[in-house]
Amino acid sequence: MDASPQKSTLSNSPRILAARDTKIVASDVNVYYGEKHAIKHLSIDIPDRAVSAFIGPSGCGKSTFLRSINRMNDTIDGCRVTGDILVDGKNIYDRDLDVVQLRARVGMVFQKPNPFPKSIFENVAYGPRIHGIAKSKTDLEEIVVGSLKKASLFEEVKDRLDHPGTGLSGGQQQRLCIARAIAVNPEIILMDEPCSALDPIASARIEELIDEIRQNYCIIIVTHSMQQAARVSQLTAFFHLGDLVEFGDTDDMFTTPQDKRTQDYITGRFG
Amino acid sequence: MSDHTVKSYDDDLASLKQMLAQMGGLAEEQLANAIDAVAKRDTKLADRVIAGDEKIDVLEQQIEEKAILTIAKRQPMAQDLRQIIVAIRISSDLERIGDLAKNTAKRTHAISEQMPRKLVSGLTRMGNLAQEQLKNILDAYAQNDAEKAILVWRSDEDIDALYNSIFRELLTYMMEDPRMIGPCTHLLFGTKNMERIGDHTTNIAENIYFLVHGKAITEERPKKDSTSTTNYNLTT
Repeated sequence: MDASPQKSTLSNSPRILAARDTKIVASDVNVYYGEKHAIKHLSIDIPDRAVSAFIGPSGCGKSTFLRSINRMNDTIDGCRVTGDILVDGKNIYDRDLDVVQLRARVGMVFQKPNPFPKSIFENVAYGPRIHGIAKSKTDLEEIVVGSLKKASLFEEVKDRLDHPGTGLSGGQQQRLCIARAIAVNPEIILMDEPCSALDPIASARIEELIDEIRQNYCIIIVTHSMQQAARVSQLTAFFHLGDLVEFGDTDDMFTTPQDKRTQDYITGRFG
Repeated sequence: MSDHTVKSYDDDLASLKQMLAQMGGLAEEQLANAIDAVAKRDTKLADRVIAGDEKIDVLEQQIEEKAILTIAKRQPMAQDLRQIIVAIRISSDLERIGDLAKNTAKRTHAISEQMPRKLVSGLTRMGNLAQEQLKNILDAYAQNDAEKAILVWRSDEDIDALYNSIFRELLTYMMEDPRMIGPCTHLLFGTKNMERIGDHTTNIAENIYFLVHGKAITEERPKKDSTSTTNYNLTT
């Protein structure tokens, strides 16, 4: 991708955007599930090399929008997306766009760790292999080890790379999934409640990991834990009933939110 | 503001506010009695003020414990977090106000019956102003009224101005009659205490503003206390 970095186009964009390149620009995005209008006229600029958190009550559209960013919604019957989502200036809903290539650039980590029923090594090696990223066997090994290291999992599994990935603990499985996502050199990593199935210690390790890798990726995390959003993200977007209510610097969102709905939600006054 | 989904969270915040109101009431009472004690040279009342300070200290500790427990249990955000932090800060200002009232009451013993009434009246006037400031700021807190808090904050300069004139007055008496130096010094400390109480009410005002708006007051507070730079030539 050789598109030059975009600058924020929204007038009310958060301070932090001004200092960073914008990775994703969504304008007037609508998502429908059949009759249901799940995302309403959403416009947002998401910066590169930072963590943006999406928060909001269940059914507010945050996961729906997350899935629109790597076109996972294509696989849902009756789902329709209008408007533009640009990644590095290129509309990902263009007809000529290769969805498989897009999903290599936009990795995803899910709520429940879902390693392939293969060895730890194969879990990470699978992506680089099918995308033809590794030129040789040693190349592939390097990628696997490097990705496991970046996901802070290598030390724990280095003696049993041939063991099944499903045999790991929940937290280790989730880090394996992050290693698998990182292995194909994505630019964007989407995380849909990555810690909700993990215990506090495993969650803390994932948060630490997010903090370590955020310099190199555009990370978007959907989370139901407000504290987690406050801890890991630099920007926070609050969704409610399909609307993007407020998008701002995390430090401001959790101390002095501008919209009453944001204030009520983060202080536990509705939902 | 609407209620929390978890009802007991509202109870926690309400009880914090209620404890602070109680503490404010006690501080007001202590201050009123301290001024009264000095004005009337009533040493019995003074002793009651001195003994009564402990109640305020205990409340401050209880507020702090409740605040810490609420933070640990609820992980408060935004307005709720400010509510708790501000409660801790205000309680510490009220505790200091209590100390200053106590210290003023103590001086009753040192100011003799022969002291001219006129001299004591300066302290009483200062005390009344401080009392009014304290009452207004406690009302502003109870009503979450940042505008009212700002008014209190601004009118602290009246106390400062009065303090300056009393300061000069007392110095003059001391120069005229060296036997007055002892009691006048006590009065000077007493009026200084009232001036300090005024400063604590402005602290509380700043905290109320922060509680309501989520940011600090940016304007500069008018200050009229010039006593720390005033130079008197005692040889003339």
